[in-house]
Amino acid sequence: MTISVPKRMITAALIGNPNVGKTTLFNLLTGSNQHVGNWPGVTVEKKEGFINDNIKIVDLPGIYAMDTYSNEEKISKSFLENGNVDLILNIVDASNLHRNLYLTMQLKEFNIPIVLILNMVDVAENKGIKIDYEKLSKLLDVMVVPIVASKGKGVDKLEELLLNDIFSKANHDNDNQYHDELRFKSEAETYKYIEGILSQCLTHTSENTVTITERLDKILINKFLAYPILVAIAYFIFQFTFSWVGQPLADLLDTFVNDWFAPHVDILLSGTSSWFKSLIVDGIIGGVGSVIVFLPVVLALFLCISFLEDSGYMARVAFLMDKIIRKMGLSGKAFIPLIISFGCNVPGLMSTRTLESEKDRKMTALLLPFMSCNARLPIYLVMAGALFRGHEALVVASLYALGVVVAFFVGILFKNTIFKKDDEPFIIELPEYKLPELKSLVLHTWEKGKGFLRKAGTIIFSVSIIVWLLSNFNFSGMTEIDKSFIAGIGRFISPVFIPLGFASWQNSVSLLTGIMAKEVVVGTMGVIYGGNLTKILPTVFTPISAISFLVFVLLYTPCISLIATMKKEYGGKMTAFSVTYQLVLAWIVSFIVYNGGSLILRIF
Amino acid sequence: MVPYNQELRMIINEGVVMMSVYDLKPGQTALVSGILGDEKLAKRLRALGANEGVKVRVKNFAPLGDPIIINFMGFDLAIRKSDAKNIVVKDVV
Repeated sequence: MTISVPKRMITAALIGNPNVGKTTLFNLLTGSNQHVGNWPGVTVEKKEGFINDNIKIVDLPGIYAMDTYSNEEKISKSFLENGNVDLILNIVDASNLHRNLYLTMQLKEFNIPIVLILNMVDVAENKGIKIDYEKLSKLLDVMVVPIVASKGKGVDKLEELLLNDIFSKANHDNDNQYHDELRFKSEAETYKYIEGILSQCLTHTSENTVTITERLDKILINKFLAYPILVAIAYFIFQFTFSWVGQPLADLLDTFVNDWFAPHVDILLSGTSSWFKSLIVDGIIGGVGSVIVFLPVVLALFLCISFLEDSGYMARVAFLMDKIIRKMGLSGKAFIPLIISFGCNVPGLMSTRTLESEKDRKMTALLLPFMSCNARLPIYLVMAGALFRGHEALVVASLYALGVVVAFFVGILFKNTIFKKDDEPFIIELPEYKLPELKSLVLHTWEKGKGFLRKAGTIIFSVSIIVWLLSNFNFSGMTEIDKSFIAGIGRFISPVFIPLGFASWQNSVSLLTGIMAKEVVVGTMGVIYGGNLTKILPTVFTPISAISFLVFVLLYTPCISLIATMKKEYGGKMTAFSVTYQLVLAWIVSFIVYNGGSLILRIF
Repeated sequence: MVPYNQELRMIINEGVVMMSVYDLKPGQTALVSGILGDEKLAKRLRALGANEGVKVRVKNFAPLGDPIIINFMGFDLAIRKSDAKNIVVKDVV
């Protein structure tokens, strides 16, 4: 090629079984030069990265085969067929070539040049497996590159090969020859063929003894120790995220935004009109600030989850929790997102991405808002303190329990209705334990944080402005909240709450603003009831209407941060469904609680 | 209902009592003779290498009794007992 002709962009598809180090390699090759999105129409993550201006790498989902009907497989197949793929980078676990080469055999049918990347050759060596790379390359008719992705070994060589663009030339002429003879009639036949090849290029020098994985499993999935350890780990993650690292950093950031940044901007803007200042300080900084402070929490959580995921323990969590969580139609892995949601639904929702099947991801995302998050606690405490003095703990505990019970029943309902046909068989590979790579952890964590800030941030930015406008204006201009548009809306919707026992425009407005963030409910009540809530609330609520109100707060549409995150991860349609069904459900349960409670009181 | 497929016919013809992975105790090894039931799962298991003649070992039960861990082709797989019933085995070791 002459220099004057600009080179065409080469698309390489990175594909391989789960747990073979695919993501690690992708990160090594592309660094932070990545773009994360969704495959059209599904909730499967699509990652693209660039080695340089000419080579794009698309990270396909981890799959074992091309034809067992999962979404991940369909995506991969159609991408290889229609995505103008120039090169397949097939990463395989060198210590388990038998199973890994099954996918390779299917990949050969696409008539695209393949580079077979043998990862973890060090593990294979430790297991006493010797591989003749040249022979393997010859027999499979693909280029073979041995690497150790976790240590970065061999990756530079792979990169060099890619940059020199030699594959498209090397493989293209003869790729029709092997094609026809590789039409296998059954899986068994394919495996026989693989066996035939491997018997010529693998030698086992020693039978392996008890591995580290087996020793660790003796403890971690031990009959008596497994659950205490799991609970301890979940507790650790919760504390790490919400008490030790994430939340304190979030509080610092919050203090910085509210006590330093906002006042300074306030002073800077002192020459401008008051509405403009209020828009910038209360509307935009207030709204966007409330999102940014989530960032440390999200980062802290994802550091933990990435660690569990990369170490191999997450698969054991799925294994241990499956029997319990299966009852509500989910697989065991959903345990982690659900537990996290007690701290905050937003990172919980983001972690649903790590679940295997689309059905699990969607169902978990729809159920986790019922896990009562930290932001709802202040409302419970204020109400319980005002109306149920001495019984606060019981009230709060009952609400948390109610959330779980509701999630359980809604799960059963969903399982048998909208998700009935999506039932996936549960099989999960339990990979060998390994120590996660710091670089991989940091990249993955940062990736999550960045995506959250960009997508959720923009939505919240616009919603913050809208809510600010509604609560500060009416048709005659700027005004107090009790005369604003939002008060008008509150008065308009308040009849809806008559059957629930807490209809008043003040309560309606509180619930409305609570969509910004649930703890705002208390703040708004403070403003519009004006004064000491502990004294005022007993005059506007009866014990039963207070319970009904709290049940509504527990179950109704979560905050705007969750809505924005859900829109980012799952799209507008599912978000609309989630918001709507939760409103309806909250209304129904509150209705039952209020009227059932009143009836019981009347009888006794 | 079990679909009437080739494996099943074979098993019936030989007049052997059908035994599945579900019947094995932890530590026991047997040879796979076929996979029944849901085609999605069967296809997946076959693609993973659970084909006729392959050694399968039951390693462990979950603390609550279900799922179980089986090992074949050199890797561990967690599978529910109800699905394990569909992996028919012979020659228990």
